[in-house]
Amino acid sequence: MDSSAADSKPLIDVKNISFNYGPVEVLKDVTFTISSGDFLAIIGPNGSGKTTLIKIILGLMKPSHGEARILGKPVEEFEDWSKVGYVPQKATHIDPLFPASIKEVVAMELLASRRFLRMKKREEEVSIEKALKQVNMERFKNWRIGSLSGGQQQRVFIARAIVNQPHILFLDEPTTGVDTETQEHFYDMLDSLNKEEGITIVMITHDIGIVNKHVNQVACLNQKLVYHGSHEEFCQSQAFKDMLAGGHHLVSHRH
Amino acid sequence: MDAFFVYGFLQRALFAGIFVAVSCALLGVFLILRRDSMIGHGLAHITFAGVALGLFLKIVPLGVALVIAVAAALGIMKLKEKAGLYGDTAIAIFSSMGLAVGIVLATLAQSFNVDLFGYLFGDILAIETSEVWLSIALAAVVVFIVILHYHRFMYMTFDREAAKVSGIKVGRLDVLITVLTAVTVVLGMKVVGILLVSALVVIPAAAGLQLASNFKQAIILSSLIAVISVLFGLFLAYYFDFPASGTIVILSFLIFSFFFILKRFRRIH
Ligand SMILES: Nc1ncnc2c1ncn2[C@@H]1O[C@H](COP(=O)(O)OP(=O)(O)OP(=O)(O)O)[C@@H](O)[C@H]1O
Ligand SMILES: [Mg+2]
Repeated sequence: MDSSAADSKPLIDVKNISFNYGPVEVLKDVTFTISSGDFLAIIGPNGSGKTTLIKIILGLMKPSHGEARILGKPVEEFEDWSKVGYVPQKATHIDPLFPASIKEVVAMELLASRRFLRMKKREEEVSIEKALKQVNMERFKNWRIGSLSGGQQQRVFIARAIVNQPHILFLDEPTTGVDTETQEHFYDMLDSLNKEEGITIVMITHDIGIVNKHVNQVACLNQKLVYHGSHEEFCQSQAFKDMLAGGHHLVSHRH
Repeated sequence: MDAFFVYGFLQRALFAGIFVAVSCALLGVFLILRRDSMIGHGLAHITFAGVALGLFLKIVPLGVALVIAVAAALGIMKLKEKAGLYGDTAIAIFSSMGLAVGIVLATLAQSFNVDLFGYLFGDILAIETSEVWLSIALAAVVVFIVILHYHRFMYMTFDREAAKVSGIKVGRLDVLITVLTAVTVVLGMKVVGILLVSALVVIPAAAGLQLASNFKQAIILSSLIAVISVLFGLFLAYYFDFPASGTIVILSFLIFSFFFILKRFRRIH
């Protein structure tokens, strides 16, 4: 199944995970691993359980059955969270009146695990600036988060997720509402994070164009794990053909 | 003017008042943004039961009130989490219970008297030295803890799930915020009384939030407004023989109104 990663130890280990909302089965016996250095796309139609799966891996939800492990540890016992970056699905839950500047939003993540007040102020500024530069938002650093457009906010949340230079990055439809130019820039950035700095990336997306261009692993989810493996094999697989045949309700094409 | 700085009781009142006001304002900012600004009001009523119990048992009312308020605050939190009650319903239930128990106990203790009225309406100018030190110490601890967890409290208030994934133990910090709130309400009671303490928690913070464009500003502005209200409130109370508690709260309300109008005015132009 996981041919390319046979020799590297799994970073994420998902074992027989099932999840129900009452009688509704959302995930059915999902098992797969993510190896260090992977760039994995999770695809599947709306409501197929992609967000739920990521939240279970991150310990935000408890599975009805099965277990998720991060770096060999069950997620409940995992401590080293500065190694994990997370961009939640389109941040509609954000309070538009919340009095935080862009800089402060990124600083929250940077300083979340600081034992005492702060590290050197200068270093702090540099890390924040660098993260904001990567998403082209450094000009807005003193703006209030609620005064930005949805796409701009999304870019800030991406900056927040990468500010700690994580080992693994989870992105739930990160480019929803982000304009094409920034998207290109953003995917180039993910590519270099993945290839040059060796950061493992797990990204939920509906964008098959991106899957073709950038990722090397694909997981296709629809309650059950329909397909998981390398991108090359995915293109030959029945799942891919079904998806294309099924048309746009599964994934959308990008120009 | 001199008397204000010469008389020990005034200085004591001022000292304690400023410390307590700052801790009220700090927590107020987080409570408002957590949509939990009624918790102060609810806990104040429960504090009434604590005070009455203290008077009834003839133990330090402040100490009994502290224990009862912390316990009730944790109870409200659990009730919200576990029983799926809406936050304001849990508060409404607990606070009316507090008031009811307080009335019964105070009557049994035959203590509907000056003592109790002091707790109800605030009596900061009569604050004792031991209480001053206790208030200052506890308020300083509250301020220290808020500063220590500043970024964590801000993160979990802004985006709870992302905060969890950054490793913040949001459950534990919820408990911490709850305990700090209960302690602050009891301290605030000594300054403005049970009936007005929630004003001291909510109004300076709400005023600060009107104008702040970032979190640091919100925190600093709110604290400043709280300090100014207490300082000038006590000053006016002393010279014009107003009740201190009412004067402090009215002042903070005037500042709030001014900022509120200023903000709308700015937006129009
Ligand atoms: N709070 C909830 N209560 C009940 N059912 C829920 C709840 N949240 C999600 N679900 C159900 O769980 C299923 C999976 O949801 P999930 O958010 O994981 O899907 P998704 O694959 O991320 O979809 P999308 O592409 O739209 O983001 C959905 O069918 C939804 O009906
Ligand atoms: Mg989703």
